[in-house]
Amino acid sequence: MAAAPDFEVAKLTGEITVPKLREGAMAGIKSFKANEKMQEALGFPGELVEDWHDRAIGKMGELLKKYRSLQVFMDACVHCGACTDKCHYYLGTSDPKNMPVARQELMRQVYRRYFTFAGKYFPKLVGAKDLSKEILDDWYSYYYQCSECRRCSVYCPYGIDTAEITMAGREILDSVGIGQKYTNEILGKLHRIGNNLGLPGPAILDTLEGLEEDVLEDTGIPVKFPLDVEGAEVLLVTPSADFFSEPHVESLIGYAKVFHAAGISWTLSTKASEAGNFGMFIGSYENMRKAALRIREAALDLGVKRVVVGECGHAWRVAYSFWNTLTGVGAGAPEDDEFARKLQAQLDHSVPQPAHICEFTHDLLTRGVIKADKSKNDHRVITFHDSCNVSRGSRMGDTPGGQFTIPREVIMMVANNYQDMAPGTTHEATFCCGGGGGLLTDDLMQVRVKGAQPRMEAFKDVVDNNKVNFLALICAICKAQFTKVLPYYGYKMDMVGGVHQLVATAIELPGLGAGPVEADEAEAEAAADE
Amino acid sequence: MSTLSIVYVVLFYAATLLLIAGLARKILQYSRSPAPLKIPTTPAPTTTSGVAYRMAKEVVLFESLFKSSKWTWIFGWMFHFGMLLVLVRHLRYFVADVPVWLAAMQPFGKYAAFMMVAGLAGLWARRFLVDRVRYISTLSDHLMLALLMGIGISGALMTFVAHTDIIALKMFALGLVRLAPQPVPGDPVLLAHLAMVALLMIIFPISKLLHAPGVFFSPTRNQADNPRERRHLADWAAQLEK
Repeated sequence: MAAAPDFEVAKLTGEITVPKLREGAMAGIKSFKANEKMQEALGFPGELVEDWHDRAIGKMGELLKKYRSLQVFMDACVHCGACTDKCHYYLGTSDPKNMPVARQELMRQVYRRYFTFAGKYFPKLVGAKDLSKEILDDWYSYYYQCSECRRCSVYCPYGIDTAEITMAGREILDSVGIGQKYTNEILGKLHRIGNNLGLPGPAILDTLEGLEEDVLEDTGIPVKFPLDVEGAEVLLVTPSADFFSEPHVESLIGYAKVFHAAGISWTLSTKASEAGNFGMFIGSYENMRKAALRIREAALDLGVKRVVVGECGHAWRVAYSFWNTLTGVGAGAPEDDEFARKLQAQLDHSVPQPAHICEFTHDLLTRGVIKADKSKNDHRVITFHDSCNVSRGSRMGDTPGGQFTIPREVIMMVANNYQDMAPGTTHEATFCCGGGGGLLTDDLMQVRVKGAQPRMEAFKDVVDNNKVNFLALICAICKAQFTKVLPYYGYKMDMVGGVHQLVATAIELPGLGAGPVEADEAEAEAAADE
Repeated sequence: MSTLSIVYVVLFYAATLLLIAGLARKILQYSRSPAPLKIPTTPAPTTTSGVAYRMAKEVVLFESLFKSSKWTWIFGWMFHFGMLLVLVRHLRYFVADVPVWLAAMQPFGKYAAFMMVAGLAGLWARRFLVDRVRYISTLSDHLMLALLMGIGISGALMTFVAHTDIIALKMFALGLVRLAPQPVPGDPVLLAHLAMVALLMIIFPISKLLHAPGVFFSPTRNQADNPRERRHLADWAAQLEK
């Protein structure tokens, strides 16, 4: 941690309390805006357009027609207040505009004015307002203080999901020329180069070779990290942070060891070197689709039979819930759907498509194809943070709630000491890490630290009472966020790690020569190179 | 017929028309807008029957609200369930021969008025007592509660305190149903009650009362969780593949 923060960090008590509201507490907080180049790379105007008012209202009308969610959610809220104490950003900042309903009202006040009878003729009565620059300003502040984690949608009696409204708000802002630097710059890199970090193919190859050397040195076993291998069984799509960041890379090593031990041929792809898809964050169907199509193309080019996704929360939501729609990576396309059929004909439908790496490893561990020595993790007392997008926007396995049981079972199959955090902070009630949805940027550090507070309270509870010393994660954003934020609350950043980091520690690797056929070929190649 | 009667007859026909046409318009709008992405709040049922069960729990028991706030849940459920009983009881004014089951539920329907009013009072109190709910309450939120409270209290007054001429009222109601209008009774409490009910019917399709049809169309609640098994594609999204 660098210099002392210029904002107050709450002292943890181990309990989550609902604060009294403090109006305007976070009003001045804004992330940096995207420049012209970043905007135009995504097909948005470079700066605020002259006819911003009409264009914004036009865009809102278009989105209302394209998304039933937005239309219903604009109408259905009764201001019951059920969501008001559910958002981690409200709990951490006490700014009332961070209450889900108030965040929604920022858009609803405009919706009413232009699209409803009551708002057109009785604006004061129903709180309807003309769209103004001040309102756009408020939108920019507060739609970028929402991580689209969907916790509010669990508790709303009508299932109103603020994430949908935040996405629409961001899309309207983008369409008039107001974008966020962090998200839009990264999405531009993904379109241009293939991943969020902007790593070109040779840099990825170099990293992977380095990892092979490291693992060989550590274990004496030539675990491979294949890249762009045609005809591999599995295409692994993982967040690019896994190639470079700590502790992310430890999980990448875990995935590689799993493939090695199971003897299943696999490959990474330079074209699909990013599981993350910030197109979702800004609610842009077109940009999300464009980014996701890279995975389709890579799967077709390499001729893989399975697509597996690494540890990343929003990426898994996009992969699980949207890939089939966007790209055809999935199953069950009707016969006249040539676009999806082309890919689906190639995939192995005896396994889920796409599969989460935890589903993949869980299956291998359960069937005894791979084995683990749990005692290797005995120095750790582990707790698991349910990632918001995985918990409330996706599933693993065959039954609802598999996204909660499968990662926990993986942990318990590779480690002895496990402790859940308090009920009400796990499963579908989990709190976002505070850095999701496009907020993982240093210019929003105050939002991130305060938004992490509810999770930190639950964490403190198990650290104090159960001696927990490892926070297991399945999300690249969670990993980066907690690594940065834990020190603000007095914890060491090395308490943070991935579920497959735990797998990597405990997995039993077959020795030299005992490896599978697919691995042998790669080994022979490697030997020839030397 | 007196001018007053003509006003009330016209008012009720107009209110009924606006309610039905307004709701039909919104329901058509909801059902015609596409849901391009699978966004059920998970864990979610994987089958259509599972979705029906989830929706039933939401609509009958207010399951999500129960998870979020016990006070709002108890007051909200008292109000809605009380109002349902009251409404069903009111069917007796619109049929010439009251069926046995309707006669049998008469006492429940009568006393449900207290449940309804108590629930409303609790909900209204929250708008003053809880700072977060106070912050989000608009003038129309208060007026809506006032209107419902007015309907509940005026109704209960006529049932329990100052009985109105119920035979004359039934004549008026049946007259409306049979398209053969009859004079409206002149009891001021009744007139107030009827006017408020008509107002409620008129504003229903242009207000937050749209939460009633809205919940059935909420994609986070009415979608099955099966995106990997079936390809889900909206028409406008399919155009992008052309």
